[in-house]
Amino acid sequence: MSVEALPRFRAENVRGMLRHGLITVVFCCFIAAALAITQHGDWGAQMVYSLSIGLISWLFIDVGRLLISGHREVLWPPGPWGYLLVAGGVAVGFLGGNAIGDAWTHQPLLDFGNFTERKLATTIVITLTATVCMCFFFYSLGRSKYMRSQLDLAQRNATEARLKLLETQLEPHMLFNTLANLRVLITADPPRAVAMLDRLNNYLRMTLSGSRALSHPLSAEFERLADYLELMSVRMGERLRYTLDLPDELRGTPVPPLLLQPLVENSIRHGLEPKVEGGAIDVRARQLDGRLIIEVSDTGVGLDAAQTSESSGFGLEQVRERLATVYGDQGRMSLAAGPSGGTLATLSFPLQPRS
Amino acid sequence: MNPTALIAEDEPLLAQALKAELAAAWPQLQVLATAGDGRSAVREALRLLPQVLFFDIRMPGLDGLGAAAELADRWPVDEAPMPQLVFVTAYDEYAARAFETQAIDYVLKPVQPERLRKTVLRLQQALAAQLRVKPAPAAADEALERTLAQWRQVLAAAAGNGGSAPPAASTAPLKMIAASEAGGSTVRMVPIDEVLYFEAADKYIRVLTATHEYLIRTPLKQLLAQLDPEIFWQVHRAVVVRSSAIEAVHRDEAGKLHLDLRGRPEKIPVSRLYGHLFRAM
Repeated sequence: MSVEALPRFRAENVRGMLRHGLITVVFCCFIAAALAITQHGDWGAQMVYSLSIGLISWLFIDVGRLLISGHREVLWPPGPWGYLLVAGGVAVGFLGGNAIGDAWTHQPLLDFGNFTERKLATTIVITLTATVCMCFFFYSLGRSKYMRSQLDLAQRNATEARLKLLETQLEPHMLFNTLANLRVLITADPPRAVAMLDRLNNYLRMTLSGSRALSHPLSAEFERLADYLELMSVRMGERLRYTLDLPDELRGTPVPPLLLQPLVENSIRHGLEPKVEGGAIDVRARQLDGRLIIEVSDTGVGLDAAQTSESSGFGLEQVRERLATVYGDQGRMSLAAGPSGGTLATLSFPLQPRS
Repeated sequence: MNPTALIAEDEPLLAQALKAELAAAWPQLQVLATAGDGRSAVREALRLLPQVLFFDIRMPGLDGLGAAAELADRWPVDEAPMPQLVFVTAYDEYAARAFETQAIDYVLKPVQPERLRKTVLRLQQALAAQLRVKPAPAAADEALERTLAQWRQVLAAAAGNGGSAPPAASTAPLKMIAASEAGGSTVRMVPIDEVLYFEAADKYIRVLTATHEYLIRTPLKQLLAQLDPEIFWQVHRAVVVRSSAIEAVHRDEAGKLHLDLRGRPEKIPVSRLYGHLFRAM
């Protein structure tokens, strides 16, 4: 979270404080009523004592709390400071409130000798109990509110991440250019338009729902790559050539959906698209010592020249993360300069995901 | 004489489609050539000198904005008036927003016949106006200056710096530059006060002081955002100079501007787009 200090007495803090004050007033009225009834005392005097003690304690503790911690996320002083603050509030409220009450009832100021032992004890116990209870109540209230806001924040972050993922997968530039191409084909070459529309359909369906499934066969993954590459080759024409090489015995191997997509997209966007003459992408799967090796190589401008933008970094990060989730430290990804220029991305992970 | 145009678009189907749509909306227009990337667009434009350019923004090699900037510099204004420029883009909301405030037109892909007709109408009017001002050289100069100002603004706005757009408030001006020595592995801290000019070369920016040359890898666009625009002036697509170091401005026989800097022997080229900075007061 942010480390910058917030204003201590910002509007929401003052609002919270006043709310506490209101609850305190109500609570004090209840105590005064209870005392007046049980001790057959003077209603007015009990009210003044009770409200004075309560309001002074409240002011002391709430203002003190904001002075110490108002600029932070959690509005309660850490550790012993919290207890000290409550103790201070009780003492100041007790003395100040009694002084005001004594002045109201024209009794000698703070003359506790005049009280019977029991009465003094009762007043102290009531003040102490009430203050501690209220502080605890307010503290729990504030804490649960803080927890809820943290939860909201976490949820917002998760949603943002999902949206970002979707945006990288459904790059608007790609989508609109594909649609523009489709529009041309509809009149110029209807059968090809239908084929392209089917590819787009598959691609969109997979992108929008794929991230929810846990795994699918490698053959399905390769088919989705073919959809994407075919769409791109309609757009790029002769500038894009590609081969997909999947041995039959590996067709059924389960892999996380759309694992390879970001690698192929990066190859096109950062490798081939910037290159005037275009180039080739080759995706190969093979088996080595019980591990699946997938290589995505391109003859693009290469790692050095490609301006690694935020989106490509995000794509690679996503591949790494998914490998780690499914295969733990058994999943590996490396990025290197290709043998004939361009970039070579290699994924390697066990044929069976860890149980 | 029929009006002429050049299309720069890297996707063959879309280039073909734009050509077809143009043929319907403006039958007299003669599309002289279609280029598939920025560099060949510049080459073909300089060879054919068309009156209208349709430039895709995202293109391999040199993008549409870069191609336009290069053309602004190299266009032979004595032989032909500056061409009318129309950007064509699929989805580039920043650029599109930048164009909205400018007089330069842009068309969104897929190109809609309705929308294209409006563009064609505007182009026809502009070309007609060009014919009218031809006889008076002063008016032609003025028209050229106006066109250059438009291009300058739109290129600056689309590149995300300068122009009429407010500067990014978050970036404080650079004080020191961590740069590597040319050919060495040492990183030097170079105070910005010592830098006389920056020059973008291929993948690097050369940082030149009176005595030394260093290299940094920051893109020029990013660097510009961190420089004080009062102190450092962009005078060329690839060159940013310390304004107080400029000693003299020369115009050669071809009408091109060059700068002499105090403390550096080489001549600095000034792009036509930035020539307005040096008009005698």
